[in-house]
Amino acid sequence: MTARVIVPGTATGPLLRVAEPLSFWGGIDPQTGRITDPRCAAHGRPVAGTVLALRRTRGSSSSSSVMLELLHRGVAPAALLMQEVDAILVLGVLVAAEMGWPTIPVLALPWDAHAAFDGRDVVVREGWIEAAGRGECLGAHRG
Amino acid sequence: MELTAEERRMAAGEHGEALGIATRIVAEAGRLLGADRLVPVASAHIDGCLYHGDGGVLFAERLVAAGGRTAVPATLNVGALDLLHPGRVRFDAHRAAMARRLMDAHLALGCRPTWTCAPYQAGHRPALGEHVAWGESNAVAFANSVLGARTNRLGDFLDVSAALCGRAPHVGLHLDANRKAALVVDASGLSPRLVGEETFWPVLGAWLGAEAGSDVTAVDGLPPGVAEDRLKAMGAAAASTGAVALFHVVGSTPEAPTLAAVAGDGPVRRVKLTSAMLRGARDRLSTAAADGSIDAVAIGSPHLSERELARLAGLVAGRSMRVPFYACVGRGVLETAERRGLLDPVRAAGITIVADTCVVVAPVLPRAEGVLMTNSGKFAHYGPANTGHATVFGSLEDCIASAEAGRVLRDEEAWS
Repeated sequence: MTARVIVPGTATGPLLRVAEPLSFWGGIDPQTGRITDPRCAAHGRPVAGTVLALRRTRGSSSSSSVMLELLHRGVAPAALLMQEVDAILVLGVLVAAEMGWPTIPVLALPWDAHAAFDGRDVVVREGWIEAAGRGECLGAHRG
Repeated sequence: MELTAEERRMAAGEHGEALGIATRIVAEAGRLLGADRLVPVASAHIDGCLYHGDGGVLFAERLVAAGGRTAVPATLNVGALDLLHPGRVRFDAHRAAMARRLMDAHLALGCRPTWTCAPYQAGHRPALGEHVAWGESNAVAFANSVLGARTNRLGDFLDVSAALCGRAPHVGLHLDANRKAALVVDASGLSPRLVGEETFWPVLGAWLGAEAGSDVTAVDGLPPGVAEDRLKAMGAAAASTGAVALFHVVGSTPEAPTLAAVAGDGPVRRVKLTSAMLRGARDRLSTAAADGSIDAVAIGSPHLSERELARLAGLVAGRSMRVPFYACVGRGVLETAERRGLLDPVRAAGITIVADTCVVVAPVLPRAEGVLMTNSGKFAHYGPANTGHATVFGSLEDCIASAEAGRVLRDEEAWS
């Protein structure tokens, strides 16, 4: 198992796994950071501070704006794990970096890799993901 | 990914801070997308002028303050305000001010104040084979499919960055091989009566988006020379229900004079299209009962063309709409239509003109919930999530008759 570092960084938070295809635009409230897509099991939950794992994204081109707004308001996830890299979401993180605002680590890794960690606190650092305090390594690889 | 020496200087900020930011964003996006290099673009269409929150406003103003200026001609997509009809969008003071600042910042960067999701109706029509950098999904589908220009679906911030540095990642639909059909749809078995209906085209698009996802499609077996407004409606629906950025209609779109012209080397999936498949897609565009009352009607997604406005004017002359009826139009088409006197019968029928924005991206509808009727596949798709309204899809004639009656009246004959 390998995790490819898309945006480097360190984060800790509860792992929130969203199995349904999610569009940030129309799927997450940019003001509150709550998941608003009724098709998601995590509907109503805030993404703020979570290590948010996405199986698939749906490609609204305005999702980058929502990502930036979450970062600007301080209600963004602490880290983003994606099975397939959605460049539109990463754009929001890149723009935040250009603005000098706090950014978050973004990693690409298979969906099944973190199944056993659902809901637990995990640490993300430079390509490593592990359960907080347990030292269980999910796998890492600087890509 | 290889940057040229000049691009490296641009990215390093040697030609100004804003150009540095823009070039770094385009280059980083290119790296993420697996591009080998950047490609110079002839023009841009920018979707980032719609207000989603203060963060985007601050970024656009940062580009302005850092000396940003478009390197290529750039048109603007809808904003969140109707600047021609103040008060039409019901924002609180903060949101109205920020939405205006975002629009103003894009003008300060040198973009044209077109404020339309149909820039191809505002004189922005790149040539066949020309590389461009466009945002807004229907505009992307139109540019690639109907005009034969080359662009990927650019996300917010990448479109304006591409406009500033005049480059886009050389990947995806910029490459010949990626413009060939992976899905071939045989539509030859459909009845000429159905194919002749206006509503056939957005329904075909809605079906296609769900079937194709992001695959390039060729639709074969339709009469040649399909009108531009029909292709526009088809593409907008396909880019709503799926991530369609390029479709070929054999005999109608410029890269597909024949099916063989868009055949690639890769595997091709073939589907024989039936009227039952299309009826299913049509049904899915309505989330409300097709025989109940309605609270509003909205048309013009994408923004109405001059020809569509003329048709509306002819149909509503002397009639009176009982429920709120909104027609969304770009300001360029509006100006021409005003000169031609097309708007008088429309206004006299009680129809509200919305310019610069539309009812699905900004709070224009009088109520927060209800039933919205439309002839647009795109409005029907996004209406429930964005406006809180259940939707009913019908033809323009159905929409007008229903708005007169206050309840859904649909001519089902072509679809039965």
